[in-house]
Amino acid sequence: MLLAVLSGFFVALGLPLIIKVFKGPNTLWVSLFPLSLFIYFISKLPAIKDGETLSSSWAWVPSLGIGLDFYLDGLSLLFTLLITGIGTLVFVYTSSYLKGHIYLDRFYAYLSLFMASMLGLVLADNIITLFIFWELTSISSFFLIGFNNDNEASRKSALTALSITGLGGFFLLTGMVTLGYVAQEYQISALATLSEEIQANALYPLILVMVFVAAFTKSAQFPFHFWLPGAMKAPTPVSTYLHSATMVKAGIYLLARFTPILGNHEWWNGPLIIVGSITMVYAAIHAIFRLDLKAILAYSTISALGILVFLIGLGTDEALLAAGVFILVHALYKATLFLVTGIIDHETGTRDVSKLSGLNKVMLPVGIAAILAAISNAGIPASFGFIGKDLIYEATLHLGNMGYVLTGLAVITNVCLLFAGFLAGIKPFIGPLPPAFSKLHLPPATMWVPPLILASLGMVFGLFPMVVDTALIKPIVSSMTLGTPTFELKIWHGFNIVLLLSLLTIGSGIALYFILKPSEVLFAKATRFEKLSPESAVNQFAKGFVSFSSKWTNFFQNGYLRYYLITILSFLSLLLGYRLFYGVEIYVDTSTLSDITLYEAVIVLIMAAAIFFTVFSKSRLTAVASMGVVGYCFCLIFLFYSAPDLAMTQFSIDTLTVILFVLVLYNLPKYLTLSDTRDRIRDGLLSLIFGALISILTLEVMNETVTKDITSYYAENAYILGKGKNVVNVILVDFRGFDTMVEITVLAIAALGVFSLLKLRLKSIEKE
Amino acid sequence: MKTLIFKTASNYLLPLLLLFAVFILLRGHYLPGGGFVGGLIASIAFVIHSFANGLETTRKIIKFHPGFLMPVGLTIALVAGAAPWLFGMPFMTGLWMDEPIPVIGLVGSALFFDTGVFLVVIGVTLTIIFTISEGL
Repeated sequence: MLLAVLSGFFVALGLPLIIKVFKGPNTLWVSLFPLSLFIYFISKLPAIKDGETLSSSWAWVPSLGIGLDFYLDGLSLLFTLLITGIGTLVFVYTSSYLKGHIYLDRFYAYLSLFMASMLGLVLADNIITLFIFWELTSISSFFLIGFNNDNEASRKSALTALSITGLGGFFLLTGMVTLGYVAQEYQISALATLSEEIQANALYPLILVMVFVAAFTKSAQFPFHFWLPGAMKAPTPVSTYLHSATMVKAGIYLLARFTPILGNHEWWNGPLIIVGSITMVYAAIHAIFRLDLKAILAYSTISALGILVFLIGLGTDEALLAAGVFILVHALYKATLFLVTGIIDHETGTRDVSKLSGLNKVMLPVGIAAILAAISNAGIPASFGFIGKDLIYEATLHLGNMGYVLTGLAVITNVCLLFAGFLAGIKPFIGPLPPAFSKLHLPPATMWVPPLILASLGMVFGLFPMVVDTALIKPIVSSMTLGTPTFELKIWHGFNIVLLLSLLTIGSGIALYFILKPSEVLFAKATRFEKLSPESAVNQFAKGFVSFSSKWTNFFQNGYLRYYLITILSFLSLLLGYRLFYGVEIYVDTSTLSDITLYEAVIVLIMAAAIFFTVFSKSRLTAVASMGVVGYCFCLIFLFYSAPDLAMTQFSIDTLTVILFVLVLYNLPKYLTLSDTRDRIRDGLLSLIFGALISILTLEVMNETVTKDITSYYAENAYILGKGKNVVNVILVDFRGFDTMVEITVLAIAALGVFSLLKLRLKSIEKE
Repeated sequence: MKTLIFKTASNYLLPLLLLFAVFILLRGHYLPGGGFVGGLIASIAFVIHSFANGLETTRKIIKFHPGFLMPVGLTIALVAGAAPWLFGMPFMTGLWMDEPIPVIGLVGSALFFDTGVFLVVIGVTLTIIFTISEGL
């Protein structure tokens, strides 16, 4: 299983190279890779059906308890089949959709990367590994959404998606670390047995909030939903794969996976029901006013995700069953509709639903796929969607008084979704064919076969539910409830209130379809409220943040060395002054200080004179030379106190500093007094204060009792272990050699920085 | 600053100072000195020469861009640090010859490491100073 997950990463690395070598017009063979993974996972189906679970593990960072542990049960099997199955179809579809695109190799690499991350996410059995793959899906989807990187809107939506899902990633990490800390366990399969202890812990609400935000951002729940319609800038295969079938379901997967651990508690159920129902109704109503096919599908996807969150929030066995079935139903019909939209866009060049009609006459197989998908979406009897919707109504109705309100919401949502599905799946294909489209022809089979397969599966599962019943659906439910489910998927439940609701939904949906015609006017009316949407709020915030940071930066990064110095020194002075004034008892033990000798006094006098010269001299060169004198005096002091190494180094450094100064000063204009007396007094005062504080600090350090362990260790072992008598050098090249290694690297980087900055400046001057 | 005395002196100072720099590098393990100071001294030697004879002359003597010394030095230091791996010891373990070599003394991986530091310091200092003096 480890290989199955990681192979995608290797393929992603190798693909661009391989495709370059085998440069051919046909890239269909790439689809063999996801196909083989699909076959691998489907071969595990019998074992999972018998109630087994498979696991594999490989220690990755054992010291932190992080392992590449993978675990396959009913829930993860459903997702792996969706990921690899729809993945295969998307790979096939892409070979025609992006045929001849110069970056097709890259596109396949991103797709494989994404597929591997997604597989890792749904198979991970370690909460930290789960987080890592979660982040990888965000990153790889960033590349996929921004694939058309010469388009500004596309770049912007990639960035929005990354920021929103990345934000969720932070929350997930916090939640997972807290969970691991509370439970002292990082294994997901083991956490379920600890659920009572976790829920009794005071940190339980915190974990919940973190997991919720993570799931809501990833699965585009209100108020984080807006990145999903934006992400539709991506090429259609991406929208199909990421935004209908897999990535957006990652949040749902997270919630489903943690249901046995965190669920069955009112704090878990309440927020999920509220957010889920707001999202499903809000997005469903939005969907019916859109004109762009992709936007319609995006909003109806958000709404479907809302339904899933809502069902998981209900938390009853019936609701979880409904959720499990609906994940599959939705993936099948929504992926079909997206692929069909891609074909329409590819062939006609428009996605405006008010302009499209009659396409059945030119591309019948595509139309069949779309209409089948729309039927499944509508939940018309004999389709898989019918079973799915029945289960939803059944789950909401069995909740008592609250149930009627929730059922009402579910009906409204489903009516709108049905309308949206008809708009996307049926409207473009029936009616008269506009003359502009009469010359269109059927796209290659690699494009229309994938949606047809998916749509037919939706019908097959609907007519013969026993195909998926025990094999797929039961293991899913048992991995969410940890019990043995007692149900059977049926096409016909008899005449009851659920059937009545179904008929009501279908009836009003179809009525709505005939009443409401998509038009610019309606669209304009619906978008009037955009100002109040969370998206505008976030955009406003982003704008404000940018203007605030540019003001902040301009204030502090003003480009004047003197202001930088003033800022740094005053801040340090304040900090030091505060600490010395409040926290430390200033005491200087004069008895430990050595006597002052004559030559020391002379050196200090020379230094004082040199400083005087530096400050008051009218010539720059004199000032620099006097600075050099101060430096040399320091060297002498080092020598007096037997630090010859330090003295030598300081001596060379000072020489070079003076040389550098001279080099620069040589080219400056004649000495000018640029600062007035007030500035000079200010600078002088600051220097005095800072100097005084440092002196006090130095004297204070003397009082600290220093542990001499390290010093004596170095002194004793320099010759024994390092074979050197110069302790300083042995420390530099042996004991702390690694530090030195990094330091010389930093030096080299600094030199490169100076070099490139100055060279760049030179070049720009030459250009002028 | 291109006086005759300075010019003549600098021609003799350059090899002497470079020799001194190497001397400082080699003695570093037992007496005050080491790669860092040695590198600084060698750079000063070149800087003095360039002051007296002009940057172009010094460049001609060095023959290549001093910046190349940085990757070379870093590689030497890294190899010296990684060499113990070949003997199954951790990174940066000191390796030493059994017998001292005449004049140079006992040679170990630490000396190669210090040589790396020496070269990086020369590369860094000369790159910065040469770039600045060119730019002005």
